[in-house]
Amino acid sequence: MPLRLSSPHVTRNNSTAGVMQKVVLAMVPGIAALTLLFGWGTLIQVLLCVSFGLLFEAAAVRLRKQNLSFYLSDYSAVVTALLLAVAIPPTAPYWVAIVGMLVAILFGKQVYGGLGNNPFNPAMVAYALLLVSFPVQMTNWVLPGETLASATQTLSLIFGGATSTGLGIDGLTGATPLDLLRNRGGVTTSEVWSGAELSAIASAYQYVALAWLAGGLALLYLKVFTWHTPISMILSLLVLSALFYGYDPDNYLDPLSHLTLGATMLGAFFIATDPVSSATSTRGKLVFGAGIGALVFVIRTWGNYPDAIAFAVLLMNLSAPLIDQYTQPRTYGHKGIRKGPRGEE
Amino acid sequence: MTVYAFHGGIHPPENKLQSTLLPVAQANLPSHLIIPVLQHIGMAADPVVKVGDLVLKGQVIAEPVGRISAAIHAPSSGRIIDISQQPVPHASGLEAECIVIETDGAETWCEYEGLEDYTQIPPHKLIDFIRSKGIAGMGGAGFPTDVKLHLGDDHIVNTLIINAAECEPYITADDMLMRTDPEAIIGGIEVIAHLLKPHHILIGIEDNKPEAIAALNRAAEASALQIDIQVVPTKYPSGGERQLIQLLTNIEVPSGKIPADVGIVCQNVGTTAAIYEAVTTGRPLISRIVTLTGDALAQPQNYRTLLGTPFTTLLEQAGVDQQRLSKLIMGGPMMGVPVTSPHIPVIKTTNCIIATTVEEMPAPPPAQACIRCGLCEQACPAQLLPQQLYWFSKGKEFEKARQHNLFDCIECGACAYVCPSNIPLVQYYRFAKSELRNEELEQRRADHARARFEARQERLEREAAEKAEKRKQRAIEAAAAQAARKKAQQQAQAETATENSSAASSNEAEVKALKVAAAVARTKLSKAEKALKSARDKGLDGVDKLEATVAQLSAKADEAQAAYDKSLNANNSSLEIAKSDAKCDANQDNSPDTQAQEQSAEELDMKALKQQVSIMRTKLKKAKASDPESSEIASLESRLAEASATLKAAEDKQIERAAAEGIDLKQLKIDAALAKAAVTKLERAAKAAQNDNERETLEAQLPQKREEADQLAKKLARFE
Repeated sequence: MPLRLSSPHVTRNNSTAGVMQKVVLAMVPGIAALTLLFGWGTLIQVLLCVSFGLLFEAAAVRLRKQNLSFYLSDYSAVVTALLLAVAIPPTAPYWVAIVGMLVAILFGKQVYGGLGNNPFNPAMVAYALLLVSFPVQMTNWVLPGETLASATQTLSLIFGGATSTGLGIDGLTGATPLDLLRNRGGVTTSEVWSGAELSAIASAYQYVALAWLAGGLALLYLKVFTWHTPISMILSLLVLSALFYGYDPDNYLDPLSHLTLGATMLGAFFIATDPVSSATSTRGKLVFGAGIGALVFVIRTWGNYPDAIAFAVLLMNLSAPLIDQYTQPRTYGHKGIRKGPRGEE
Repeated sequence: MTVYAFHGGIHPPENKLQSTLLPVAQANLPSHLIIPVLQHIGMAADPVVKVGDLVLKGQVIAEPVGRISAAIHAPSSGRIIDISQQPVPHASGLEAECIVIETDGAETWCEYEGLEDYTQIPPHKLIDFIRSKGIAGMGGAGFPTDVKLHLGDDHIVNTLIINAAECEPYITADDMLMRTDPEAIIGGIEVIAHLLKPHHILIGIEDNKPEAIAALNRAAEASALQIDIQVVPTKYPSGGERQLIQLLTNIEVPSGKIPADVGIVCQNVGTTAAIYEAVTTGRPLISRIVTLTGDALAQPQNYRTLLGTPFTTLLEQAGVDQQRLSKLIMGGPMMGVPVTSPHIPVIKTTNCIIATTVEEMPAPPPAQACIRCGLCEQACPAQLLPQQLYWFSKGKEFEKARQHNLFDCIECGACAYVCPSNIPLVQYYRFAKSELRNEELEQRRADHARARFEARQERLEREAAEKAEKRKQRAIEAAAAQAARKKAQQQAQAETATENSSAASSNEAEVKALKVAAAVARTKLSKAEKALKSARDKGLDGVDKLEATVAQLSAKADEAQAAYDKSLNANNSSLEIAKSDAKCDANQDNSPDTQAQEQSAEELDMKALKQQVSIMRTKLKKAKASDPESSEIASLESRLAEASATLKAAEDKQIERAAAEGIDLKQLKIDAALAKAAVTKLERAAKAAQNDNERETLEAQLPQKREEADQLAKKLARFE
């Protein structure tokens, strides 16, 4: 251990592991909501992801000849695993989770030097890779409701490809609300809403969003992160969608749907706030969050994918160093904000 | 008065109660006092005692050196037993020069006298008095107080702020001082206010010291001055000078400047009380209140301690449990220095000693990776980006760290306090700062070395040039001597034209030198004659001396002139020979070189002859004017006639030569003069032109006219 000779000689009793644990706890309401409304799939994916995440992390730490317990005890692999587990469909085959965690831990984090060095959000890297490589498996979402498969059925579905009763996937799966709203053909938004399909499933998704919001607010209260990123992301998405919806309500989605359907709340409070890959200063975080919100709206409205959190976050991760350069705070005793990279004020 | 806010700050557990339960005790007198000669910012003081001297309490034992320095006084009576390197309270653990006194236990004071009424003596004398009593900042930095008080000389002091915040946990020295002796503090404020004449006086104190606030309020009411006691919320580091200024006045001291540049002067309460004591009683700064605290002590308490008391004395008096003692910190837990040996002494800036156990201040867990959570940025009172400074310091990109305002870090430790990964941030910043300072030092040394090298090169070149110059001079003289010898042998020996010409040309140089010498001698003579004339006219004394000088100078002038004439004649004759030789050669060899040389020789000839003639004439005139009957006149006249004849002959020759080339010299002269006049006229007309068009047309003609004039002048020059 290096000798600590410098002041200060007292520290506050918080730790990185503590921060991560709080995040894990805050995700419990969301996971619970998902399990209640969509079946056992989410829990099984969680278990798969967490176990394989820790396994891959341990392998990487061993490869780098470092202390296993020190590096595994910071709970960061667990957080990544949870994020990925809720991002993939509940009945996705087991290998999707495994491949996802492999990519997330090894290529999303460890190749850069481990925790603190990754430029991208590891869970989102994995999700993006899975979405592009396995589009079928990644878009088979479960319908919520009373007719949920039992635990054993779900297990055999995930590990076997078919339920024990022989039911294929099609009997259980359906589109997500954003899917429906996107692929509506020439029908206007309000007509889709009044249709039977959407209204049946929308409320379930909205409950889940509420659960994520609750967890996020708890984290805000515990000061795990500041309000800048989530609030600016939500606000920018709100403003943009309101503008377009106000202009043309028939062809654009209303702001509330933008916020409650899809992974907006999860993204705002759990994904965009990942400190390692986001901007450094609070001012930078505002820009970062606003950028994510705007990109989410753009990709959802005009892009190829129904939900856009992952890509929006990844794109803003890419811009984080640039944002940092231009959003340095004004130091005490200095006149202006540093504008240029060489320190011109 | 409103209280503003500063960015960031933390709320560590205060841990102040335990050391305020008992009143301030008197520390035991140790057997030896170790007094470092550097207890302040600036130059170390110079000892004025020797080993073996007996000193009295309060006697000066070291004088300040230079402007920024402070005096050192003996804290107790005794004998000087050593002046050598001893361990001192410094983060490096290195030793420094100390004066060691063996106390005799009698505590006999020396003679001291305070000022009866400090308002009656001139301010500078008062500041000198304070300087002589060794007062330096007791808040932790140790800046010599007299230098700070001199700030009123060239700054306008708007606000005087007394720092009573004591924001660091554990430390209660100032708190107890304010509770026990608030009158001294107010008295000190009056002294400072008398010197600096501020418009406002503020005392900034945290709200965790209610007794001190009450005591100060009572004392301030009795004062004639308007002293505002401003209570600020307890937050670390509100006692930092810049943070306190922002809290009380919302003014930010610009980076790199001192508070006096924005009209504010800060002083610690302890220093203020010491000023009062020094001014009223005459007692120098020889003791201070030190907080002894920490779980390893039987009873934490404040002690009034003599400077130079080793820590061991205090720790024993406070009942330290050596078994449980794990760390000894000098200062507070946020900015204090861990000390390895307890044998170091208390100095002017020692406000607290923390004897702690592993349970109270456990060793921090090993640092984990920075997750860029931003908590440090939220806590930083200087509004820096600590995580970026950390990344740059770790990656040794020191220039980037400097651009992110690394040197604005006050090393308060708030960032490291909040870091969830337990990264020793302040250690990284100190490392980066020292690396940058070393780089700067290296750069300065390199620049200095380069300047010295360049100066040396220049000096060597200069010396070489001088040597070359001397060599040339000697060569000229040698050549002149040789030419004289050659001239003597010319008749006898046949020489080639080129040799003669070269001799002539070296003769020419010699002739020129002699001409210059003759002219100088003449000028001197004329000056002396003028002086003589004016002296005679005004009837001043020393006329005889002047006459003697004039006679001397005139003799010298004649000498010089004679030398010149001789050389000229020699030149002429050698030139003539050269000419004739050249002419002979010219019949065989009409090379332009020889012709040009001939012409140039003739040119010199013409000019020299003309000058000679005019000189002769002037001399004759003078001689006639001074003494018409002189015998000299005849010789001068003959010489003049000779010279004139030579000149005329030369001129005729010129015209002949010109005619030989088909040029009428006279006409040529007239033409050249006319052309010149035309150019001048055109220039004048262009200048006086009424409008731009006119001017432009005139100026367009200028180049052509100038060309013509130049050509004619050139032609003419060949014959002049």
